[in-house]
Amino acid sequence: MTAKKTEFKKNLVAYSFIAPNFIGFAIFTLVPMVFAFILAFLDWDGSPYNPMHFVGFKNFANLASDDQFLAAFKNTIVYTVETVPLTLIMALILAVLLNQKIKGRDFFRTVCFFPYVASMVAVAAVWNMLFNPGMGPVNEILRGFGVQNPPGWSADKDWAMTTIVQFSVWKYMGYYMILYLAGLQGINPELYEAANLDGCNGWQRFWNVTIPQLSATTFFVLVMLVIQCFKVYDVVYMITQAGPGTATLVMVYDIYNKAFVYSSFGSASAEAIVLFALVLIVTLIQFRGQRKTEA
Amino acid sequence: MQVVSTKQKIIRMIVYVLLVLCAAVMLLPFLWMLSASLKLDKDVFTFPVQWIPKHPRWANYHDIWTEIPLLTFVKNTVKLTVIVTLLQLFTSSFAAYAFAKLQFKGRNTLFLGYIATIAMPWQVYMVPQFVMMSKMGLNNTHLAIILLQAFSAFGVFMMKQFYTSIPTELCEAARVDGMTEYGIYFRIMLPLSKPALSTLTIFTFVNTWNDFLGPYIYLTREELKTIQIGLRMFITQYSQEYGLIMAASVVTLIPVLIVFLSLQQYFVQGIATSGLKG
Repeated sequence: MTAKKTEFKKNLVAYSFIAPNFIGFAIFTLVPMVFAFILAFLDWDGSPYNPMHFVGFKNFANLASDDQFLAAFKNTIVYTVETVPLTLIMALILAVLLNQKIKGRDFFRTVCFFPYVASMVAVAAVWNMLFNPGMGPVNEILRGFGVQNPPGWSADKDWAMTTIVQFSVWKYMGYYMILYLAGLQGINPELYEAANLDGCNGWQRFWNVTIPQLSATTFFVLVMLVIQCFKVYDVVYMITQAGPGTATLVMVYDIYNKAFVYSSFGSASAEAIVLFALVLIVTLIQFRGQRKTEA
Repeated sequence: MQVVSTKQKIIRMIVYVLLVLCAAVMLLPFLWMLSASLKLDKDVFTFPVQWIPKHPRWANYHDIWTEIPLLTFVKNTVKLTVIVTLLQLFTSSFAAYAFAKLQFKGRNTLFLGYIATIAMPWQVYMVPQFVMMSKMGLNNTHLAIILLQAFSAFGVFMMKQFYTSIPTELCEAARVDGMTEYGIYFRIMLPLSKPALSTLTIFTFVNTWNDFLGPYIYLTREELKTIQIGLRMFITQYSQEYGLIMAASVVTLIPVLIVFLSLQQYFVQGIATSGLKG
């Protein structure tokens, strides 16, 4: 056999390994991804009987005066700005507490992590009942403490976003706690010994050793959290249905509405591209940051 | 022996108090759910909360199977979860072997293609994907959900990371012995990759079991619905039947709880090493 033939056979064997996954991946992921960019420049109601029209940047221009989009964009940012720091701080506190040698550590870790894997529909159902403005136990307790008018939670436009943020923090902090625990275990114990020799107390050790040593983890957690918040949908759907009014309308919710309620596939895709741009910016920042930490 | 000072004891106490508080916040919703699932609708909201119902209403757990087609939902979900997980495990570990251990033309370009898509959220292309699937006549079929979930870039990425850590000499020795690449994959790599496969299994299982938006877009016929959208439909239709809603919620949580408790270590390792998902 010639060298060329062996080479050809080698390639063929390799492709046969990749093919089962790649064919499915190319058709059902890559093609729709490309299609997403094309659809954003078309005017189409999704019906096979109505032709698609190329409209250039009109879909994007229309977004600028679209109240739904503007509300969704604003709310997505507000949700992200509120959820990210809260989740990050809670995850860090939990990780630091659970990184010590204490009894029942594994139990506490499991408990903190379980909401993350628990079905969203089920936990959102119980959350809605607990925070029921009229008869839920949370407001009963608040009344017991003498609060005259406890919040209307998901039914009140001023509290709806808070309700969603609280729920998200509760559900997701266990996941990021695991990332922080991994980061904490990577810290060289000699650094703490050195800090002890220098006479640092626990608080000083935390600020001068733990926090700086965790900066790479924190950066990664931050990026993951921001991207996750941009994509929020389930929580909103199950707790407030974007309401009251548009108080908790977020981008993915609006994309869903535009496409599947109003059959406006062009503007739905244009908004999806805006969402992608947001995620891309965060990802690029992560790439640059990673290179900096590796260098 | 180290002498434990009073100060350290106090700190330890504070840590415990904080942890117990956190655990309570995390757990109480689940305990409340369990307790409410055994109550009559009118007793669910009595205050102060009666944690252990005086007359537990076990009938709730019987009624959910007759009031809603819960069994159909469970069957659909199990079917989808099993097929997606198997396809995902097989196709991604197969592809990952080539990316990690074989030299071939276009390897880096193809792998870059996979990596690049991880950065693009599914929500960005869910609409064109739906349009395409509908054109193929796959709307309202389980096949749509399977095709949508089974070929993730994440699986390939994760398995490749793992295979890269296995010494290449092992494959070379087998090649010298005349083993084919398929033989090496099935007889050497696959048995070695149990930890990575377990991690991928639990990720895929939990993701598919809990997926909401995918089935919600594609499956509108009741007999096709998964447990998540089925439960959600029930909650919308019978919003006042609190006891039943909670009983059905408990049922949907049990499989995930079992899988989670038995494979937890792989889950935690998986997150810690890859940090990806979702």
